[in-house]
Amino acid sequence: MTCKNIIIAASLALSVAAAAFAEPAKAPAAGAAPAASAPAAAGAPAVATPAAPGGAPAIAAPGAAPAAPAAAPAPAKPKKVLKANKAITLSMFAVIIGITLSVVIWAAKRTKTAADFYAAGGGITGTQNGWAIAGDYMSAASFLGISGMISLYGYDGFMYSVGWLVAYITVLLIIAEPCRNAGKYTLGDILSFRTDPKPVRAVAAVATVAVSTFYLTAQMVGAGKLMALLVGVPYKTAIIGVGILMIGYVVFGGMTATTWVQIIKAGLLVSGALLLSILVLAKASFNPIGFFSDIVNNPFIQDHVSKLVLKDGITLTGTDAGQRFLEPGLLMKAPLDQISLGMALVLGTAGMPHILMRFFTVPTAQAARKSVIIAMFIIGGFYVLTTLLGFGAAIHVTPQGIMDVDKGGNMATLLLAQQLGADIAPIVGDLFLAFLCSVAFATILAVVSGLVLAASAAIAHDIYVNVIKDGHADQHEQVMAARITSFVVGAVGIVIGIAAETQNVAHLVALAFAVASSGNLPVVFLSLFWRKFNTAGVIAGLVVGTVASIGLVMVSPNMTYPKVVAAGAQKVVAAMEKKQAALPPGAALSELDAKALAKGKVDYEKNKDGTSMMGLDKPLLTLKNPGIISIPIGFIAAILATLLFPSKRSEEMFDEVYVRQNTGLGMAKAVDH
Amino acid sequence: MAEKQYDWAAIAKNPKFVELHNKKTAFLFGWWIFSTVYYFLLPIGAAYAPGLYKIKVIGVINFGYVFALSQFFVSWALALYYAKVANNDFDRLTRQLIDELHL
Repeated sequence: MTCKNIIIAASLALSVAAAAFAEPAKAPAAGAAPAASAPAAAGAPAVATPAAPGGAPAIAAPGAAPAAPAAAPAPAKPKKVLKANKAITLSMFAVIIGITLSVVIWAAKRTKTAADFYAAGGGITGTQNGWAIAGDYMSAASFLGISGMISLYGYDGFMYSVGWLVAYITVLLIIAEPCRNAGKYTLGDILSFRTDPKPVRAVAAVATVAVSTFYLTAQMVGAGKLMALLVGVPYKTAIIGVGILMIGYVVFGGMTATTWVQIIKAGLLVSGALLLSILVLAKASFNPIGFFSDIVNNPFIQDHVSKLVLKDGITLTGTDAGQRFLEPGLLMKAPLDQISLGMALVLGTAGMPHILMRFFTVPTAQAARKSVIIAMFIIGGFYVLTTLLGFGAAIHVTPQGIMDVDKGGNMATLLLAQQLGADIAPIVGDLFLAFLCSVAFATILAVVSGLVLAASAAIAHDIYVNVIKDGHADQHEQVMAARITSFVVGAVGIVIGIAAETQNVAHLVALAFAVASSGNLPVVFLSLFWRKFNTAGVIAGLVVGTVASIGLVMVSPNMTYPKVVAAGAQKVVAAMEKKQAALPPGAALSELDAKALAKGKVDYEKNKDGTSMMGLDKPLLTLKNPGIISIPIGFIAAILATLLFPSKRSEEMFDEVYVRQNTGLGMAKAVDH
Repeated sequence: MAEKQYDWAAIAKNPKFVELHNKKTAFLFGWWIFSTVYYFLLPIGAAYAPGLYKIKVIGVINFGYVFALSQFFVSWALALYYAKVANNDFDRLTRQLIDELHL
């Protein structure tokens, strides 16, 4: 029966995917018409939103940002166009879909028990898991967004990438091995060990689903916009195509298929980055010092930086401006927000359910340790290469050229690949760009699959099997429950993705990390290391940490504030009217200016009386990342509730938890037979 | 497979376990605090000591760049150092403990 289902699903996925690829023929291709491509790109900068849990205003909320007085276009540079060759790109997509679907069919045959479904039967090696963690973690946002930030803001983009690696020190030292020894499939397993299992599992499942949904929505919206921009697939078709593939991987192949999709993706991503870095370095004759001199001496970078600092009333020209590109402060001007983001990364990564879940797939604590270390080298190495790509794009594509295509800089890497490839031969440019587009595609698939699996495990394993069925469900029923849940979660993900097309999703990644760091991490940490910790503490910590994070993000500058938008629009209108007044009588504004004026008027009228989702005129909080407030709140709530409602049983069982997590004695065997 | 019963409280009091526990706690939290402080120095320094970050070290490469790059190498070095200590000391102590308990 299972086999039949697989074939049906595989053919369904293929046919829908095929439909998704056939359709764009009708739609105007994004790249085909150079004139059309720039406005299309400007309309879709939200692609990068997953990249920017705050700290990156330029990327974070372009939808909300009023059309700020646009910087004058670069003087002598021809307009850049991102032009993916559709035939080559789509064939590469088809190859990736083909390979991953054969992995799914292979994995589905091996997925018989709950342990197989949630934890790949504990049969993943440390090295494989390391690659899978890297594949799970590095989203299209870090692939495209961070190099884009570096290409436009230099040093600050590089500094931003550091926290994403340092976060793994917490995972390595504090979380990975104890979780491997103390858990089985989910966050709920770790937390319910010495507490009242039903309420704890229920709350843990809700927190897991919340984090995964926030992250998934941001990824889905990003995926839809990215595919629309890259290959001209309509937004909805892209979401449905990606969604169906993701459901197919998880429902049929469970953790085994998800793991291998992530490994394949990480391999593709690293090869793409390596190849492109070599081309960049070759342009600088493999001389790193010369490479940095190229940045400082590049007239386009100098011009770009001069304009950036002019906004702060500083005048810089020539190599001084070029040098400024290598110094902090062009993008990140709110240190507290940076520190807050750093806290959310350093503690939140270790509280991400889809990352925690990866440690249950390896057989021992030693393998868990090895997998984090391997993941750290892959992730860190990738971010170091990203610097080369970002700076390389600034030198060769120029910041002006990058901003022509996308204001947030998200297309920098792709433009660079296209250009450096085309320098060798035009067809190489097409091939290289198509390859990187398929890397982005594989990246999206790998990340969303991991999220769907984590959310489904929480619902099926914690809520259905352990709360509703009291743990009495045979393997067949457990696997069925897991498959049905994954299908529903995936389908909901598609619906949310479509519904959120025009929403501002910039805050969702910040939110996911805030909840993971303020809700999940404190309770995981305390249940592993604090003798007194108990049911009341887990529930209070999770609920208060989660609610505080959501509440703080809802009143933060991440949300859209119509009155702020209106004020921005008003400025544009005023500027354009002034320009018009200054014109000699009879002369009209240029077409572009006239459009900006009309748009400003419309935006002003539409937004002048609006309030944010919370009914606010302006943010209550200046922080985009609430971590610095919400993390202490989460810890305090967990500690206070524990002390208020002590539990003798929880204290007595601490010895068991502590010995187990340190030694692996009595470890839940991921293999159940 | 019936799960084996252990006397957890007794194991927790075993001197070998206490030794393992103390060594691990000191190492893990000590180095975690070190790496966290080292990391937060980066954004704090960028915000409050930008002059320092502008000092050129090699050619046009400045201190800020070297410091940010060093974060990667410090993290990697710490990961490898931890792996070495854990593979040698912690795992050895755990094995000795399990042997002693005749498990």
